[in-house]
Amino acid sequence: MLANEGIVMASVEVSDVTKIYKRDAEVLKVLDGLNLTIAEGDFVALMGPSGSGKTTLLNLIGGIDRPTLGQVKVGGTDISKLGGRALAKWRSRHIGFIFQLYNLIPVLTALQNVELPLLLVRMSGAERRKRAETALNLVGLGDRLKHYPRQLSGGQEQRVAIARAIVSDPAVIVADEPTGDLDRKAGEEILSLIERLNREFKKTIVMVTHDPHAAEHANRMVHLDKGVLS
Amino acid sequence: MNTFTLVLVGLGRNKLRTILTFLSVTVALFLFCALGGILDSLAESIRVGSESRLAVRNAISLIFPMPLSYRDRLAAVPGVEGVTFSNWFGAQDPNDPKNFFAQFAVDAETYFPMYRNDLEIAAASTPQVDVPLPQGMNPKLSAFMAERNACIVGEPLMERMGWKLGQTITLSGTIFPGDWPFVIRAVYRSRIKSFSGNSMYFHWEYLNQKGMGGRGAVGVYFLQLADPAEAAAIASRVDAMFENSEVATHTEPERAFQAGFVSMFGNLPFVIRVIGLAVVFAILLVAANTMIMSFRERTTEIGVLKSLGFEDGTIFRIVLAEAAVITLGGGIVGSLLAKFLIEGTGFGIPNLLPSMSVYWSTVFLGVAMALLIGAVSGIVPAWQASRLQIVDALRRVD
Repeated sequence: MLANEGIVMASVEVSDVTKIYKRDAEVLKVLDGLNLTIAEGDFVALMGPSGSGKTTLLNLIGGIDRPTLGQVKVGGTDISKLGGRALAKWRSRHIGFIFQLYNLIPVLTALQNVELPLLLVRMSGAERRKRAETALNLVGLGDRLKHYPRQLSGGQEQRVAIARAIVSDPAVIVADEPTGDLDRKAGEEILSLIERLNREFKKTIVMVTHDPHAAEHANRMVHLDKGVLS
Repeated sequence: MNTFTLVLVGLGRNKLRTILTFLSVTVALFLFCALGGILDSLAESIRVGSESRLAVRNAISLIFPMPLSYRDRLAAVPGVEGVTFSNWFGAQDPNDPKNFFAQFAVDAETYFPMYRNDLEIAAASTPQVDVPLPQGMNPKLSAFMAERNACIVGEPLMERMGWKLGQTITLSGTIFPGDWPFVIRAVYRSRIKSFSGNSMYFHWEYLNQKGMGGRGAVGVYFLQLADPAEAAAIASRVDAMFENSEVATHTEPERAFQAGFVSMFGNLPFVIRVIGLAVVFAILLVAANTMIMSFRERTTEIGVLKSLGFEDGTIFRIVLAEAAVITLGGGIVGSLLAKFLIEGTGFGIPNLLPSMSVYWSTVFLGVAMALLIGAVSGIVPAWQASRLQIVDALRRVD
């Protein structure tokens, strides 16, 4: 299920991307004519100080934000030209998100949280459940299916979030400080898991991190400063 | 799990708030339907009798009488099967003047046979003498028919006043001054809800002799028709017949005549409607506030759902459905409670609506109002949720 059999893996091409935020009278240029290419199956760590634009770049690659100028292509699709519905559908098929604060739905069990992305795909309830269980088994939480997020440790919550990110078998996984809220041991487990997704399942991983140790797990590090690559 | 599960778990997020909102909608719709029940009961009260009866009154006003001599002329009108008549008495209990109840002087020989399907005799005194009873008269009314100042009282009124069968009661006349002693010789029970059980009936002749000096003034004539389809034609014929007489008449179906009584309440139905709508509007604001609070608490979650690929339209429907489930659920419970509690317990408003009804149409209107509350209260947060930018919801610009 998770091995992308026969699917051409994605590459990311960010071309001349500028992102400007306007807050009242203030204009904030977060990215300034940025160019970046990420190969299929690569594992890239985006690093840089606060305000450097790394999360913004991640959001653009994940299709949850749009560039002010320039082009973002993922798997050959120019996502900066997709409309709202098309972009939502594209995200559901091609992108898996891992957030720093896990962002699980607290009133859903681990299994239900992982099932969420599959609600957007035509499949039976039994098939959905089976896939979600497989994903949770993969992250080592096969015995926590009925647990709610409040009943899990931070590391376990993040593993549920990883299961949610991979359950629909996306080609690209974007992770925003996935270990930022975890202790060293739990963080290491999560990084190993992400590394495994890249190595065994050939997922393209783009990870934002402050932590040089975490970045060492990536194949490549990209540094941003004031909206440009440094 | 499906999308509707998300709606339900969303409601379970803050159970206390959901329950309180549900209860507030329930209570509001209960009140709305109970107030609607007053209007229904007023409407019910004008359904007295059938379409096959006509009421004839003085063309100028109900308070002016007609001559007794009209009776025979009315009986001779083709299509009229029977004629009876009554007068409003308007006396009060001197011991409890504010405790109003209606009294009618009726031509008993013709009145009770004509209204035999509307009421039944629940209890009656044993007759001391045998009197011949007219055709169609209930034999239980023998004692009543034999006594000049006998009266028949509705069962609920008997209970309310604490009267007993055979008791002599004395009323003080207002339209017809003086003390009026009556002996209760029978107790009736309404067979149809619209026929009030809070009235008293006595012999018209007693009123005529003691109160009107035998001049034979009649308040209203009631005509039993052979064919209800002829009602309009007969009404026109009757009014034409008396057009140039000393007292011109106004003839209308009995239902319309009763509706005239309801119109005496003036703007009461309007006021009731306004209060009902005000209650609904107040709860609309409460529900809207709850939905907006609920949405604001979940901004991040909505952002996450969108990041997973949930479309704006789906998010809109989920948030709107939450509002609809809460308000529709509360609305259905409140509306049904109003119907079954009010009708089941025989709840009523003394002197006005002794036994209230809540029509199914009112229940459905209540449910529709609940749905409207859901739609209106949910539409703002649903729209806000659907328009929410994911990056704003996740609140990190690093």
